[in-house]
Amino acid sequence: MNTTAVVTSEFSRVAKFFWQELKPRGKWLTPFNIISIPIILIGLVILYFRFVYGIGYVTNLNQYYPLGIWIGFDVVTGVALAGGAYVITFVVYVMRMEKYHSIVRVTVLNGLLAYIFYAGALTLDLGRPWHIVNPIIGNSFGYNSVLFLVSWHFLLYMLTMALEFSPVVAEWAQLEKARKFLAGLTLGAVIFGITLSILHQSGLGALFLMAKPKIHPLWYSEFIPVLFFVSSIYAGLSMIVFEGTISHKVFKDLLGGQNHRHYEEIILGLGKGAAITMFVYYFFQALIFVHEKRWELITDAWGYWYLLEVIGLVLVPCFMFAYAVRHRNLGIIKVASVLALLGIVLNRLNVTVIAYRWYDVDKYYPSWQEVVVTLMVVFTEIWIFRWIVTRMPVFSKR
Amino acid sequence: MDRRQFFATTATVGAAVLPIKKSRAANAKETKEFVGVLVDTTRCIGCRSCEVACSETNGNFVPDVRNDNALARVRDTSEKQYTVVNRFNTDKGEVFVKRQCMHCWQAACVAMCLVNAMFKTKEGPVTWNGDKCLGCRFCMVACPFDIPKAEYLSWNPRIMKCTMCYERLQEGRKPACVEACPTDTLMFGQKRELMETARHRVYSHPDKYVHQIYGEHEVGGTGWLYLSAVPFEQLGFRTDLGTTPYPEYTKQFLVAVPLILFGVPALLLGLSELTDRKKQVREDEGWSEPEVTE
Repeated sequence: MNTTAVVTSEFSRVAKFFWQELKPRGKWLTPFNIISIPIILIGLVILYFRFVYGIGYVTNLNQYYPLGIWIGFDVVTGVALAGGAYVITFVVYVMRMEKYHSIVRVTVLNGLLAYIFYAGALTLDLGRPWHIVNPIIGNSFGYNSVLFLVSWHFLLYMLTMALEFSPVVAEWAQLEKARKFLAGLTLGAVIFGITLSILHQSGLGALFLMAKPKIHPLWYSEFIPVLFFVSSIYAGLSMIVFEGTISHKVFKDLLGGQNHRHYEEIILGLGKGAAITMFVYYFFQALIFVHEKRWELITDAWGYWYLLEVIGLVLVPCFMFAYAVRHRNLGIIKVASVLALLGIVLNRLNVTVIAYRWYDVDKYYPSWQEVVVTLMVVFTEIWIFRWIVTRMPVFSKR
Repeated sequence: MDRRQFFATTATVGAAVLPIKKSRAANAKETKEFVGVLVDTTRCIGCRSCEVACSETNGNFVPDVRNDNALARVRDTSEKQYTVVNRFNTDKGEVFVKRQCMHCWQAACVAMCLVNAMFKTKEGPVTWNGDKCLGCRFCMVACPFDIPKAEYLSWNPRIMKCTMCYERLQEGRKPACVEACPTDTLMFGQKRELMETARHRVYSHPDKYVHQIYGEHEVGGTGWLYLSAVPFEQLGFRTDLGTTPYPEYTKQFLVAVPLILFGVPALLLGLSELTDRKKQVREDEGWSEPEVTE
């Protein structure tokens, strides 16, 4: 048999297939497209100026606020919200709860894209992004640096998630042998991925441990890493509920075969998980509050802001989740998940931007360009997500 | 091997290894001491010669000292100037204070940097290497004195900060600012000498100085030390930074890393083995081959 001919024909088949799949499908003038396309285009123009004239040309960053929303929101918050992937893979592959198997693929895809785009947004913020390989290739290892650890874990975790998702790609490209091989690696990848997630979710918090004199004492404690890790669990769960709700509406036809009752059970289960982890998180916050004698700190505006975050956007949604699970009310779960997500956004922004140098008169506010680029990152991710789920077997079960 | 033999072997090996370890430790003992600068703010006349010398040496913006009236307001170092002199109106009249990188003994910026671009040299100065730096600016987040400054309006931004004229030190010369100082406000030397001098001045003029040497203990000790006639808060110094070296704050976390990196996979592998229902069924049936039901 002529191997070369087989390989060539197979290659041309795959190439043809990719070309077919690259073409857009469906209607073009949807509301989402009408909003997102101009923003992405403007974002690209802004990025041109950013790379030619410097970060300061398009952002409000200054010598006292070296980090803005590109780090505080895109990276730090984005990674927390992508925590769902490690939680769900833990539940399905380690605890072997088959109930959640049907959402593994979409959750891992979301996680992978979130890391690629939000951690990738880091390169927009780096002053010298072409040196990004330095911590990897080993010409200079800062072993004692938390940032070194986080950067390695980002990289490894992205590879791990790509491996977890790869069977889906193989199935799409009709490469059955590759699919079987890749599927066999899943458990190992999952366990490695969970370990990495624990470390870099907490590591993102540990980055701010040395900013002790700059972060408002209500948000600074030596336990930031633990708080970041615990909150990433319910952030991930809430994000799955939130995304699932949207996907359920937008990609209805793709989900056709799925049992609605089954979907309801999944949402209720996630709600229960979120309620419990949120309560643990709240309890820990309360312990820190008492331990560090923060009573006198909550009487001013910063105190109210803190209470809004910890009571209004942690404890309240926590009870809402618990109530909704008890009464099997999906509507309340969805509202609670939105509140919980807002709480996460607020917490991460508080630590990185808002309560950072709280004593300053000239506070940092993001420029409109920073906001547009952030939106661009989010929209581009959604574009890629949509492209993948309309082509690969993400929603359907094996 | 029985127990007696085990002890004997351990003792022999231990005895053999111990002296090696000891001599190794002796070899590793650092002979060089960190250098630094003592700033006696009671001597400074605010001539800003140090600013000019610094900028000329480092190729930065050279201020027009005679005409720019810069002392009218309190300035900070910037991406254009590594050092500035400020005037403060205190209980004891006008006091001039030079500001620059403190060259901490255990620097936060160095501990934060993931590529050793910020580097604590064995001589003491903290330097920056542009070939390694990613421009992540976390050194600026970590620094308790807000010293590293970024060139935001450049496509290839540098992190700008005082290097204690590291290159001049290599040539055996003093930092440019120290050499330029006409009033002996700045004294260059090893920290031990500087501390002796500083203490001597405080003891011999107990009414002139406050009995504190800023930088002796702050953030675990800094390379630059300050003497003052008035409490340091009045001179724009942060006195709430504590005496813990900043890298200590992340040490706890870093210690936990290997625990998680190896503990968690072990736990999870074990868990997944325990939760495997197929294996459970097999066990119930006396380890017979499972039927393929799926």
